[in-house]
Parts: sequence; structure tokens; C-alpha cells
Amino acid sequence: MTPRQRRVALVVGILAGVSVAGLLALSAFRENVMFFFDPSQVAAGDAPIDKRFRLGGMVRPGTVEREAGSLDMSFVVTDFERDVKVVYTGVLPDLFRENQGVVAHGRLGDDGIFVADEILAKHDENYMPPEVAKAIKSKHGGVMPVDPDPRKAKPET
Amino acid sequence: MGTNWAWFHRFGSPPHVYRLAGLLTPWFAWPAALSILAALYGGLVLAPPDYQQGEGFRIIYVHAPSAWLSVMIYAVMATAAGVGLIWRMKVAHAAAASCAGIGAWFTVVSLVTGMLWGKPMWGTYWVWDPRLTAQLVLLFLYLGYIGLRSGIDDLGRADRASAVLALVGVVNIPIIRYSVEWWNSIHQAPSVMKMAKPSMPMEMLVPLLLMFLGFTLYFAAVMLVRLRAEILRRERSASWIREALR
Repeated sequence: MTPRQRRVALVVGILAGVSVAGLLALSAFRENVMFFFDPSQVAAGDAPIDKRFRLGGMVRPGTVEREAGSLDMSFVVTDFERDVKVVYTGVLPDLFRENQGVVAHGRLGDDGIFVADEILAKHDENYMPPEVAKAIKSKHGGVMPVDPDPRKAKPET
Repeated sequence: MGTNWAWFHRFGSPPHVYRLAGLLTPWFAWPAALSILAALYGGLVLAPPDYQQGEGFRIIYVHAPSAWLSVMIYAVMATAAGVGLIWRMKVAHAAAASCAGIGAWFTVVSLVTGMLWGKPMWGTYWVWDPRLTAQLVLLFLYLGYIGLRSGIDDLGRADRASAVLALVGVVNIPIIRYSVEWWNSIHQAPSVMKMAKPSMPMEMLVPLLLMFLGFTLYFAAVMLVRLRAEILRRERSASWIREALR
């Protein structure tokens, strides 16, 4: 090997080495890297029972209930397979809406109700002007059609 | 070696690259200024507000191009560092070094604009989400690269050590890109940088694409200026410098 070929081998070796190390580390951390669990994972028992975790999914339309005169509210988070009811007291982010992605941080009670102390809204990657949104809504009976997978919207699936 | 590699080896010559960079700079700088101005007008005035985020969505015109550049500059830097290692090309090391500061600043801009957007939209400035964390790691990679270079006095050793660090950090690039697809993340999937059709109407998309173009040209112009400064610094005792600066 010429010195230059040795240096090529060095560079390729570094890239291959860190890629393998990265893959191993990521597969080992897989669960810990998850930012939230969806209702199906909660139903399957993947989510920690006695610890705080994040629950993510879509806000099921028609389930948002507010207590008059207080900040208490409840709604149902769904991934279109399983549902989890969430109760929360506090201020909501701007993008919190029915049929929108949401991430709730809190604890799952024995009664299967998730008690959240923090609500984050999750935006999807779709941008459109208000008139277009209105036109789409009126075509679908007044609601925005949603992608069934709140984590990643795959077009035309 | 039958092929003629003279064009490639000319890039190993500091005076040649110094002159070439000086000639090319205005050809990137002026189109950059024009497209950024046009994109600002298109994005802030012509584009309609978003149906959910209202006027707040317009931060995308700074956030997304900065985030794109922060990753793209890293790829350029690591490639230059690899070329420098393999061919022992000092100009390539100089190019890598002149990328780092620009990349670090665009990473900061993408993080800060993302936080400012995140507070009203998500309800928080910062969460330890895979995408956000990977982008923060990118900033630390840039800072580590800059720190490592300035910590070693011998130029050749600084070049080689920092090049190895730049190559090691390449592993973070696919993690940033695919973090929103591999894991549950609060960050939305890409709207534009994907194979499928962009999830955005034309009147929002065109200013954004123009902004991507403008930011990329801006990077090229600034990088060439910094490359010239870096070459001057390294070659300060060479006789061609006195010729060039006369």
C-alpha cells in the first residue's frame, strides 16, 4: 500500500467505525430516545407504569371537555387504534386543537386515566393558507382529514 | 495514471486558490443578496398566513434554511477535512477550517429560531427530543472542532486532529435528518427536504426555496472570503503573498 492508500483506508476506517458504533448505540438506546409513547404502546404495556412518561397522539374530535370557571379539562388521545383519556389543569399551547397532534407529560393512573401536568402541541408538516384549509374542511364535512399516523405523515398511504 | 489530474492538483496550490476565491466571491455574494431580498419580500409580504400558526409560521423562512445550512456546511467541512487527510492538501484543511465558524453560527440561528417558534406553538422553548438534541450535538461538534484547532499550536497536527474529529462527527448527520422518522419526536417531519411533493402551497414554497438558495450562496461567498483570510494567515511568510498584496 502506498502512503496515500493507507490514508484512504484510515478515513474509510474512521467513517465505518463510527457508523457501526453509532448504530449499536442507537439500537441500545432505542427505547430511551423515544420522546413519547402512543396509546397502542401504552395498551401493550410498553410505557412505564410507576414513572412519569410522555403520551402522544391525536386529540379525538368531540372529546375535549372544559370545566367552566377553572382550568380543568379533559380529552381523549388516540392513535386511531387505542384511546387514552387525559386530564389536565393549566394553560394550553396555541396549536392545541381537536384532530391535532399532542404530547402530554404525566403519569398513568390505576384507572387508566392519564394525569398530565404539561401539554405540548405537535405540529404536522403541512402548511396552507386559511382559505385552502377552509375549502378542504368543507369538502370533508367540517373537519380537517388527518393522517392516521401522528408520528410521521406519509403522503398517499 | 493515464488521466490528467492537473486540474485537481492546482487546487493544492495556495496562490491559485487564493486568486480563484477572490474572483468567485462576488459571483456568489450578489446573487445571494438578491435572492435573500426577494425571498424576504415573498415570505413576509406575499405569502399568506398559515391556517394553524397564523403569521408565526413565517419564522420558517429563517429557521429551515439555517438548519439546512448547519447540516450542509458540516458535510462540506468533513469532505474537505477528508480530502486534506488523504491528499495532504493544506488548502483543503484551510477550507474545512473556514467552514466551522459559519456552520456553528447557522446552528445557533436554527436552535434560537426554533425555540422562539416552539414556545407559542408547542408550548415550550426546549424539550430533550431526539431532533433537538441531535442539533445541539451538532453545535458541540462545531465548537469542539474550533476548540481543538485553536488548542494545538502546530498547524499540521491541528489540521490532522481536527480532520479526524470532523469525520467522526459525520455520524450525527443522518441522525439529525432521520430523527423525526426513526423515533417519536415532537418536531414535525420535513415539509420540503423529502422525495415526495412538498407539503406547502406554491406561494409559501417559492420564497422558501429562494431563501434556501440565497442562504447557500451566502455561505459560499462568506466561506471564500474566510478561505482567503485563512490562506493568508498560513502563508504569511511566503513570497507570493507579497506579490499578491502589492
